[in-house]
Amino acid sequence: MDLTYSPEHQAFRQEVLDFLDAHRDAAPKGRGGAQRPSPEAVAWQKLLIEHGYAARTIPKEYGGFGAAPDILKSRIIGEAFTYAGVPPGLQNQGISMLVPTLLELGTEDQKRQWIGPTIRGEVIWCQGYSEPGSGSDLASLQTRAIEDGDDFVINGQKIWTSTAREADMIFCLVRTEPDKAKHDGISYLIFSMETPGIEVRPLVTMTGRAEFNETFFTDVRVPKSQIVGKRGQGWIVANTTLKHERGMLGDPGQLESRFQALVELMRTETAGGAAIMDNPVLRDRLVRLQAEIAAMKFNGLRVLSASANGGEAGLARLVVKLQACELAHQISALGIDALGELGVLYDEAPHLRDHGAWQQNYMFQLGLIIGGGTAQIQKNIIAERGLGMPREPKLAAEGAR
Amino acid sequence: MEFGLSSEQRMLQDSVARYLADACPMQHVRDTAAGPQVVSATLKAGLAGLGVPGILIPAEYGGMGLGLLEAALVAEALGHRVAPAHFTGAHVMAPLAIMSGGSAGQQQTWLPRLAKGEATAAVAVTESILSRDGAGVRAKNGRLEGAALFVLDAADAEVIVVADETGRQHLVAADAVGVELIALPTIDRTRSVGELRLSGVAAEPLPGSGPETTRRIVDAGRVMLAADTLGAGAAMIEQAVAYAGQRRQFGRPIGSFQAVKHMCAEMAAALEPSRSLVWYAAHAFDHMPDEAPLMACHAKSHLSEVGRLVARTSTEVHGGMGFTDLAGLHYWFKRIGLDRQLLGGPETVRDEAARLQGWIAA
Repeated sequence: MDLTYSPEHQAFRQEVLDFLDAHRDAAPKGRGGAQRPSPEAVAWQKLLIEHGYAARTIPKEYGGFGAAPDILKSRIIGEAFTYAGVPPGLQNQGISMLVPTLLELGTEDQKRQWIGPTIRGEVIWCQGYSEPGSGSDLASLQTRAIEDGDDFVINGQKIWTSTAREADMIFCLVRTEPDKAKHDGISYLIFSMETPGIEVRPLVTMTGRAEFNETFFTDVRVPKSQIVGKRGQGWIVANTTLKHERGMLGDPGQLESRFQALVELMRTETAGGAAIMDNPVLRDRLVRLQAEIAAMKFNGLRVLSASANGGEAGLARLVVKLQACELAHQISALGIDALGELGVLYDEAPHLRDHGAWQQNYMFQLGLIIGGGTAQIQKNIIAERGLGMPREPKLAAEGAR
Repeated sequence: MEFGLSSEQRMLQDSVARYLADACPMQHVRDTAAGPQVVSATLKAGLAGLGVPGILIPAEYGGMGLGLLEAALVAEALGHRVAPAHFTGAHVMAPLAIMSGGSAGQQQTWLPRLAKGEATAAVAVTESILSRDGAGVRAKNGRLEGAALFVLDAADAEVIVVADETGRQHLVAADAVGVELIALPTIDRTRSVGELRLSGVAAEPLPGSGPETTRRIVDAGRVMLAADTLGAGAAMIEQAVAYAGQRRQFGRPIGSFQAVKHMCAEMAAALEPSRSLVWYAAHAFDHMPDEAPLMACHAKSHLSEVGRLVARTSTEVHGGMGFTDLAGLHYWFKRIGLDRQLLGGPETVRDEAARLQGWIAA
């Protein structure tokens, strides 16, 4: 166990802190969310890339900073930005999912065309994976792409396409070989959201907002050259991307900052004239969550060390999505309970606290427990890959339909 | 930056685990539990041969001079095999008490003998956390008076480290006039817990001891109990997974049913991150004294909760067989049950954690 940074990493940390001191005034307000970034956010992103604090390991020829991967330096950057309360580089599905996929499996032309504009925040992407009939069983997807001359002609429907309304482009899974087994008939296409035949309908969720969309394709023509990977190998390409998404959904740093907000809430709010913190039952729940968050934080350090040494953290890594999403949900639940009746206020209600964030997070985080591989799918993965338990016997005659 | 075990630490844990795999099979646990002695003489000698009693004692007194993280790795290995052996009181808390509060003479007298396993020390500090049934020890005119419950590693103790009501610690010879040390039978037949009754016993204070050193040995003890539960819990998951892979119903292994598989996944998902918490709490005890008390509380309370989930779920995965004596699973169930309550149950410990952070008046 050595929880200190090497001289090289200490010097690097100082460099990041100096940068933050010098440039923090240029940072945009708020985090770079999923929507189209403001001009300030784009300028900030440009500055971060120049200094290697965003797109750090993306090769220079594709518009990145071109540093060798160093997981500790990435962590130092993340920590320093969080600690300083300065928004980090842009985080969206194009940057976190499409770019790593193109780097691994894209053609040289695709890399040159898309990586630079995407990491600079000039091109926004959405993800066309799930369908109404294909959620956990994603490989059963039925959106068809039929060959016609130099094009694929796409018909079908996607769901859970967050940012589809803002997006310039989509990375999309379609069935190109309907006669093949379900995993072998899928291709991964990238195309413009301006293409004729695409209709986007906002999907209102339990939060009352439309964080997602349904996206309909009617005779959408996409040049055959806009495929990533080989025809029929879209499933392999998609799994490259999903791997990146699962890492993204379990960030212990976010748990810690949500927990700090909860402590603050319980110290400052009162009920019947007494601080919420004086309620022994709620306080017990708070400390219990704190211990669980500590365990996830140190588990994260263990996974990080293992990957820095080129190793595999096994179970420690496999449990992150399940545990972190559940914990985030529990933090919000305690925030609501600490507020009591005030915790059910919503919209523009008088007495509303934190703009209704506790309820909104509580509901949205239930969505995160379900999305990106449901809790039940996660448990299958933990049991089968982590513990080596037997798979469910396959039903006979299950095809692509 | 390296969050993980060194190769030396892995070797230490492997050597204890290998020894126990050989010397402490299920039958040995059963035989010891059925016999008159709680602690196995075989294991006592074998662990002494590996240097376990002196794990924390400095080399100048004949010990290994290692840290609490190494001790936690040993505790985990002992919990994994439900070893009927002393550890938390005798080999961790008592040596730490003498190392931190003892005079040069007391250290010279006791540490070499404790390190070799020639003498066994029990620890009576429970009342510094919470007193039950009116227990408590008072020092008056150089004499100790009162009772202490849940004395750790009481069997065969030659000396007992006793905390009085002010937090000051004393050494009490088990055979001194006015000392009565009796066994308290618990659900867990693999460890020794006792009750100490003192009437007018000549006190031999540890001159450097006080509430702070008592607090510190309690921190160490809590991390050890957490590590013991970690090991016991991991063993229960392994047994559940193995059983679910072998047991067939409806023509297939029960482990292929998601209802069963998900129970195993839930256990693993809860236990695996807690391993890192135990490592961190032990590391903090040695290197980050400011964080150590809070992390000891977190490790103790969190492992108690995870332990309860695992103990119950693993038993359920075994179905009716888990409920019987035949499977022997109950030894782990009870070990985890004892760990949970000793040195403060989770609610008590979380209350302390809140006070440590100034969330309520100390």
